[in-house]
Amino acid sequence: MISAVGLRKAFGDFEAVRGIDVEVRRGEAFGFLGPNGAGKSSTMRMIAAVSPVTSGSLRILGRDPAEDGPAIRARLGVCPQEDTLDTELTVRDNLVVYGRYFGIPRSEVARRADELLEFVQLAERGKAKVESLSGGMKRRLTIARSLINRPDLLLLDEPTTGLDPQARHVLWDRLFRLKQQGVTLVLTTHYMDEAEQLCDRLVVMDKGLIVAEGSPLELIRGHSTREVAELRFGVGEHEALAAKVEDLGERVEVLPDRLLVYSDDGEEVIARVHERGLSPVAVLVRRSTLEDVFLRLTGRTLVD
Amino acid sequence: MATVPGVAQPRPTPSALAATRILLYRNYLSYRAAWYIFLTGFLEPVFYLFSIGVGVGRLIDSFEFNGETIGYAAFVAPGMLAASAMNGAVLDSTFNFFFKLKFEKLYDQILATPMSTLDVARGELAWSLLRGGIYSFGFLGVMAGMGLVSSWWAVLALPATLLVGFAFAGAAMALTTYMRSWQDFEYVSLATMPMFLFSATFFPVTAFPGVLRWLVEATPLYRSVVLCRELTTGALSWDSAVSVVYLVAMGVVGLLVARRRLDALLLT
Repeated sequence: MISAVGLRKAFGDFEAVRGIDVEVRRGEAFGFLGPNGAGKSSTMRMIAAVSPVTSGSLRILGRDPAEDGPAIRARLGVCPQEDTLDTELTVRDNLVVYGRYFGIPRSEVARRADELLEFVQLAERGKAKVESLSGGMKRRLTIARSLINRPDLLLLDEPTTGLDPQARHVLWDRLFRLKQQGVTLVLTTHYMDEAEQLCDRLVVMDKGLIVAEGSPLELIRGHSTREVAELRFGVGEHEALAAKVEDLGERVEVLPDRLLVYSDDGEEVIARVHERGLSPVAVLVRRSTLEDVFLRLTGRTLVD
Repeated sequence: MATVPGVAQPRPTPSALAATRILLYRNYLSYRAAWYIFLTGFLEPVFYLFSIGVGVGRLIDSFEFNGETIGYAAFVAPGMLAASAMNGAVLDSTFNFFFKLKFEKLYDQILATPMSTLDVARGELAWSLLRGGIYSFGFLGVMAGMGLVSSWWAVLALPATLLVGFAFAGAAMALTTYMRSWQDFEYVSLATMPMFLFSATFFPVTAFPGVLRWLVEATPLYRSVVLCRELTTGALSWDSAVSVVYLVAMGVVGLLVARRRLDALLLT
């Protein structure tokens, strides 16, 4: 579906994407993970065939975006980072008019608009103005809009950023259904749980480069330990105490508010910490997540 | 490529004409709820016609224009006709175009579909023309009703006003792509207001001395006024041909520049 080799994007002197190789297969859910400024959105815009490639090769649906932009876009669904809904139109007209941009006949687009409003649970709001919708509803409308042309490939740039947990779960459910229908999903996110929930495969990007690639499980196995012991001490003590627990795990990460000790047996780490006469304010043993992988690979937490 | 269940195969993308029609439809929908905004743009030149053309016209006996004697109102009316075509086109191509471009991000949405920047530029231009055309049609009706039309050439005044709209809409769109904030729109009134007052709208261009006259004759509104006035009074001259070429060129250049600028602004 997507094949990129040595893909670069520069804005003047600034290189947002510095040579990445990506291969997305039909029917999979593929994720771009990374902090703000990693080059995810620039990559997505190139894939959406609205941003010219600076260098390297990019094929989308077997075509070159520089030559076949309209033909590619005809088969893409795009859900941009910010909701770019048409605020001058009603909820339903947003879908109808957007569908007409694809050249879908009027009667067909009307049928699909009603179907999609149902699908994203906005059927009762069809005549409402876009401004009257909540953030979650606007996001759902944007997703519905991206599906109006029955895309082969759906691009979602941070689909759930800024939504409350309830709204996120509704969205995930809808995306999961689409995936089951065979739609290829490509999404960017800086939420670990979202990536773990939705993505079959993902790449971690940092400073315009891909630093790791694999399924969520592969990445966790390859770049982290089975468990993590989180130790919380008093404010400002973490840096100094890190040396005292360093030997207890494979490695130790110092965060502003806690120490993370990576080990296959977290309980064992906690016991040894107490043996050494250290008394953390709070402790927690948990399984490794993508967040830990990210910390390992980029040396910082994701949402910074 | 193999077919996947539930996934559509590619469709033909909209033609240039269809793309234009869709944007017209979109704009129609957005204005449907606010039709009265349309009305004010129409009434403005009508009020001017009554106030200056008819009111002030009472103080003026009659007028020599291209060798014919006409009433003052008949002199002012085609000027207002051209000015209303300009206003209609400029309103949509500056404020509304800017809002859609920078704030509503309408064109970002549209460009994610098979539509191109040329489709956008053409569609919005067509909309400006349609709006300007409706104003002009109404205004011509008022003129005819008041007996201010004295030639069958006036039938061509409607297409002439569309040309005026085309020229101003194209240029205004191109210039709007360079605007950074709402403050920059002061330049719009700075350009249109003096043109409205001095482009031989209320008095003949012969009132201007030397260089100043030459300057006025080079403005697009003067070219538009001349064209409309010669058509509604039936006193045609080569001036009209010059105007047509001038306005076509202005519109085409504007459209092409607007399209290039949209590429540069949106497809980054």
